[in-house]
Amino acid sequence: MKQDIFQAIADPTRRSILTLIAVQALTPNAMAEKFDMSRQAVSKHIKVLQECDLIRPEHSGREIYYHFNPKKMQEFDVWLDQFRKNWETQFKQLDKVLSNLKNNKK
Amino acid sequence: MNKDLLFDFTADKAAQKVYITREFDAELSLVWDAYTQQELLDQWWAPEPFKSRTKRMEFKVGGQRVFAMVSPEGQEGWLVQTYTSISPKTNFKFLNAFADENENPQLPGSEWDISFSEANGITTVNITIYNESLERMERMIEMGFKQGFTASIENLAKLLKSRS
Repeated sequence: MKQDIFQAIADPTRRSILTLIAVQALTPNAMAEKFDMSRQAVSKHIKVLQECDLIRPEHSGREIYYHFNPKKMQEFDVWLDQFRKNWETQFKQLDKVLSNLKNNKK
Repeated sequence: MNKDLLFDFTADKAAQKVYITREFDAELSLVWDAYTQQELLDQWWAPEPFKSRTKRMEFKVGGQRVFAMVSPEGQEGWLVQTYTSISPKTNFKFLNAFADENENPQLPGSEWDISFSEANGITTVNITIYNESLERMERMIEMGFKQGFTASIENLAKLLKSRS
């Protein structure tokens, strides 16, 4: 099953990986070294991150460098924007409630 | 209605906090009532087309508001809010947690801090929502989606499908 961004960044290790490669593209070996993890464990995280398009591989000679894909993170902002819109709706409803309360008092 | 009412919404992902400020064209006591009385809360707490339905509420420190967000299809999403601090007509705090229909909360949930102040007949409400983990923050935001307006965002529709 394809991963979603929530599951991908819910994991602290994967968030650390993202933070790291946002600064500089890394090979799986370099990641394993930085996080003191096995290559296998790193591969698992890479798979998840790549499946939801948060990182992208780029071949350079015999090495694969993983790059951060900032566009994908913007989805989070889209979600946040939706949350904001919900609040806007709720507050407009509250405006109505308050207006009714004021009228009832008169 | 006054169109210049302030609405401010910011998220600090690093601090895991969301800050919301909104002005209301009403005196403070009315706004306070709308936030702290069951019958009034149910009239606005859920964004349309969802409905808020409070099962029970006891507005006192240690008391709870147990309510459901009900979809137009009748699906219920339960929440339990436990009041942790109340300064009448100034501020109150609660812990917000998703729950099942038997009121079993999924802890730790999020911490809400709501402050009220009035100037020139306009009441300002400041809300701070703190989530212990980024995961919860995202879950909360995701719940926000479930509570409406998802149709237009294709990715989201997919996401919800995989979650429900």
